[in-house]
Amino acid sequence: MKTMTFAGAIEDVLTKAMSEDERIVIFGEDVHSIRMNLFTKFGEMRVRPTPISESAFLGAAVTASMAGLRPIVEIMMVDFIAVAVDALVNHAAKLQVFSGGRWKAPMVVRASCGGGYGDGGQHEQSLWGWLAQVPGMKVVVPSNPADAGGLMLSAIEDEGPVVYLEHKLLADYWIDGLADGGRTNLDYDIPEAGLRGEVPRTWEPIPIGEANVLRDGEDLTMVSVGVSVHRCLEAAARLAERGVDAGVIDLRSITPLDTDTVCRAAEKTGRLLVVDEDYKHFSLSGEIAAVVMETGIAAKFARVCVEDTIPFDRRREAQTLPNVARILEAASALAEH
Amino acid sequence: MQPNAEVLYRQMYKSRRFEEAVTQLWSEGRISAEMHLSKGEEAIIAGVVDHVTDGDAMALEHRGTAPLVMRGVDLALLIKEFMGLEDGLCRGMGGHMHLFSPEHLAASSGIVGASGPAACGFAFAAQHLRQGKVAVAFFGEGAMNQGMLMESINLAGAWSLPVIFVCKDNGTAITTPSAEVTAGDLLTRARGLGAHAVSVDGSDASEVWRAAHEAFARARQDGGPTFLHATCVHPDGHLLGDPLLRIVRKPVRELKSRVAPLMKAATTGGSSLSERAASLGSIVGMLGRTSKTQKRGGSDPVEQQRQRLSISDAERTDLEREVDAEVQEAVAAALRSQEAGR
Repeated sequence: MKTMTFAGAIEDVLTKAMSEDERIVIFGEDVHSIRMNLFTKFGEMRVRPTPISESAFLGAAVTASMAGLRPIVEIMMVDFIAVAVDALVNHAAKLQVFSGGRWKAPMVVRASCGGGYGDGGQHEQSLWGWLAQVPGMKVVVPSNPADAGGLMLSAIEDEGPVVYLEHKLLADYWIDGLADGGRTNLDYDIPEAGLRGEVPRTWEPIPIGEANVLRDGEDLTMVSVGVSVHRCLEAAARLAERGVDAGVIDLRSITPLDTDTVCRAAEKTGRLLVVDEDYKHFSLSGEIAAVVMETGIAAKFARVCVEDTIPFDRRREAQTLPNVARILEAASALAEH
Repeated sequence: MQPNAEVLYRQMYKSRRFEEAVTQLWSEGRISAEMHLSKGEEAIIAGVVDHVTDGDAMALEHRGTAPLVMRGVDLALLIKEFMGLEDGLCRGMGGHMHLFSPEHLAASSGIVGASGPAACGFAFAAQHLRQGKVAVAFFGEGAMNQGMLMESINLAGAWSLPVIFVCKDNGTAITTPSAEVTAGDLLTRARGLGAHAVSVDGSDASEVWRAAHEAFARARQDGGPTFLHATCVHPDGHLLGDPLLRIVRKPVRELKSRVAPLMKAATTGGSSLSERAASLGSIVGMLGRTSKTQKRGGSDPVEQQRQRLSISDAERTDLEREVDAEVQEAVAAALRSQEAGR
């Protein structure tokens, strides 16, 4: 095995894929500097900086993909997709059905997401539940370098629109550019295993819609995605010290949702805790509860999510985002019953 | 009508000293994440804000500090907000990109272009509730390619809304040269959408003031919107700690980890050799422009305005000391507040 950073794994997959398939093009704001290596290697026609015109270039990606390209279109932060979401909600996601299955939009939307570095509630959202809600969309959120590479490969190969969200705490260049800006006097709760880790010698696609059981548990099942997965693993280790055997599932994909894996675990332990950095209400966590109930499984359920606009103040931000203390509290309450 | 050079200088000097203090606090790690300052835009902001009176509204972007400083918002409240303190302007909930002051009808957004629709709404409310009052939208030239801003200029023209669209043009959209991603001419574009359009040297506060004077007068008399284009330079780049500026200032340290992958990318596979050479050339050009921006100290708007003062050196020194003391007191108040755990 070799090791890579989260961002390095994505770039490695993109470099290989773009070398093998000339139809793959990248466009988005500032990509000549954010993707400097790819820009240098593949030239401006394939790695093309755009104006700050999200609705134009996201909309253009839909038809560019319909006409034979495989665009990877970059929205700098997922918060900004609100400006352009029509292209996804009303167009990319609808195409296959509207065309009677005759036309597809093989495009990847790559965006940074997530908080934990004090950038305020308009630049730190997750929004994956919002994007996943529309039929026809796929949404993936890797939590470590191996998944980051494998899921990017699947996203590129997929015949429909895939939103690929990379958490800023896992991508060193985002923390450098947006949080530190050359400073060394600030700390972030960055999970090491998410930032850097083992990757396969040869990249293989990780099927979209397949969760990863990271830890088996008999007493309680934690289901999560992205950075929160690492918070769950830490909480599970602490729970083990208290004699509570908690399992951790990394969903990896928001939609399609791996309901089989979730339901199997919920049935086994009878206690389900969803830890989600996205908003609590009308959400991934609510969807999981509904799916488990529909299956007829009688599991106790709790969730640790973001319940309000994320505060700018880092102390209150830390309380708003899912953290180990909140997870332990919710898990302990579940385990008592 | 002519501007009062001393009034404009005081505003510009205050904003500059304030932002220098903010830069220091940011460097000390007391302010988290991004920080976009108005350094280099002072002449534009002063020349426009001098016309803003109670009942007028300001729609601000991610670089909204200077307009609020010049509008008279309490400096300590601003610093406390930047530091995320509970007694800050917005209780530490918004931070520097999301500053709101209902008393001043001032609202900010970190979404590029969002000040366009915001100003239209303020102006529409003025048509109903505050006849003769106007709304100002501040944005950069990068925002001129954002659909919602174009729609806003049209809306303001069609409804004859009292909006002054202030376009601060530093020629760079984040790190992308605007000329490379912008077709046509911005003034022609604004005129095509029905606005009066004028372009001024944004380092000259008097020139901005005179253009703004006309625009405000027109808007107050139901004469419709104006697009006020003003050029400027951002000596600190897009944000504090701008990655490109860091490379230019400390090339050895910043390039150490970047050069090897870049050279590998340039020398292996991918596109044709000439395309790869063009890409490398474009990166070198980008760093060269950044470096040049750094060295263009001569056009500093605050310094220029100081030269225009007709007051004595002693009077100027008094003015500067007064402002320095105000800024220092605001910083001290914020630090006291932080120590008290707010």
